[in-house]
Amino acid sequence: MIKVKNLTRRYGDFVAVDDISFDIEKGEIFGFLGPNGAGKTTTINMMIGLSKPAAGDITINDINVIRHPKQAQSIMGIVADESNLYNEMDGFDNLCFCGALYGMNRKERELKARELLALFKLQDAGRKPFKTYSKGMKRRLTIAAALIHSPKILFLDEPTTGIDVESSRQIRDLIIKLKNQGTTIFMTTHYIEEAQRLCDRLAFIVEGRIVASGTVLQLMNSVTHNHSLHLLTSKDAKDCISEFEACFKGCKMEIESADSLVIVSEKRLPLLPILQFFQKKDIEVYEARELQPSLEDVFVKVTGIESSVLKQEKGGRL
Amino acid sequence: MKSLIAFYNILKKDIKNYYLKPPNISWGIIFPLSWTLMQLLRSPDDNILNLLPGLISTSVLFGTTSMLAVTITFERSGRSFERLLLAPISLNVLLLAKITGTIVFGIFNAFVPIVFASILIDLSTVNWMMVLLAVLMMAITSSLTGLLIAVSVEQVFEAQTLANFFRFPMLFLCGLFIPLSSLPAFLKPVSYCLPLTYGADILKGAITDNNAFSLTLSLIMLLLFTAGLFIISRYNIKKRQ
Repeated sequence: MIKVKNLTRRYGDFVAVDDISFDIEKGEIFGFLGPNGAGKTTTINMMIGLSKPAAGDITINDINVIRHPKQAQSIMGIVADESNLYNEMDGFDNLCFCGALYGMNRKERELKARELLALFKLQDAGRKPFKTYSKGMKRRLTIAAALIHSPKILFLDEPTTGIDVESSRQIRDLIIKLKNQGTTIFMTTHYIEEAQRLCDRLAFIVEGRIVASGTVLQLMNSVTHNHSLHLLTSKDAKDCISEFEACFKGCKMEIESADSLVIVSEKRLPLLPILQFFQKKDIEVYEARELQPSLEDVFVKVTGIESSVLKQEKGGRL
Repeated sequence: MKSLIAFYNILKKDIKNYYLKPPNISWGIIFPLSWTLMQLLRSPDDNILNLLPGLISTSVLFGTTSMLAVTITFERSGRSFERLLLAPISLNVLLLAKITGTIVFGIFNAFVPIVFASILIDLSTVNWMMVLLAVLMMAITSSLTGLLIAVSVEQVFEAQTLANFFRFPMLFLCGLFIPLSSLPAFLKPVSYCLPLTYGADILKGAITDNNAFSLTLSLIMLLLFTAGLFIISRYNIKKRQ
């Protein structure tokens, strides 16, 4: 559906996007995760035909975006990182105006505008000026405006930045609904949890370069070499460390506290022999849980950027 | 057809959102009216017909440049202009839709001093077809000047500053208040490079039969300015992408 090849954008000597390539399949949610200034918005701006790349190619649904931006824009829905509708106009008129920009006739756009107001739970605010909306409502109407012409591809630049938790949740639910209806979605975000929850595939972008990409599982596996098993026990197991390590070759036991320990091994461990070992030592095991690294751990490990940097930059959450 | 729907709706939105707002309607009436009264009070014995070309030109120039320079800059700073740029319509259609509203507003501005003058004097000697042509061409070139200003700056206050930088010299060098023949030699080339010079000259010909250039030359110059300003504005928008 979307093919991006060797895309580069420079501002003078500064390289904002540096030779990036990726493909997005039809009906997929693909996310760009990175800190401010990483090149997320610059990339999206080139993909939607708002700015021209210094080098590279972008093809969307077999349309070359650089050569035929207007043709490509007709199948795109675009949500900028700011809610950029018209303050003086009400919600309904804003949606109808956006429909008119895509050449929809009056009947079509009014019908679709009503549908979208209902879908985004904005019926009651439909006749109120956009300037009176809360941030979350503005964001929802901006996304609705991008859907007025039923686009095949939706570009979302930081869709939930700076809005309340309830609106964020509604927007995430809508994104999943759109994906289920077959819409291909490209989104940028600096919220790790949001990326993990929504995206089929992800790319970490830092200083204009993609440093890692793949499914959440692939990204996690790329940095996980050991398996860790966390146990909650009835008493301290520090006296049986050496016996355990002798019994289970290649395993390492680390005591966390008086009632918890972690067993680390290169292979995945069967649970029963371990439980039996502790039973013989008169230690009850109340809980056994395999520890997985979070996407946040993966991001930090791959990019070298602490997740707190992402948090601080836009006052966001993780 | 799709472009036509977009064109009509952009124009309708601009008229509703900007030009029909009470402050702008009052600006469109009060400014030309006060300018007319000021001139009449300053020189009550002067022939109103002689004042009319200057009053019409001033009204059109200030009305159009102020509106477009401010509205586009305002939309650019709020990023709603980006929404228009991302619509599947050509940049030419978009720019034509944006300037059409201003042209209509400029023509409306021009007729305020005309209506006022018609109350005071007989205007039967005026060539109205030529007046209309001059007003239309001045409204187009002034709107395009406003467009050029709007796409060259970032903030509304910058647009106003830059607009004044163009407007006031244009007003005094276009031959309306100081005849072109009386201008110092070094300023004459500047005055020949101003679109208002040719629009005002057609107006003078239509109202007082006192034009310096032929109608053909003035029209050709105005058409050249129209094309030039449109191309430069378009280039400026493209360059920013």
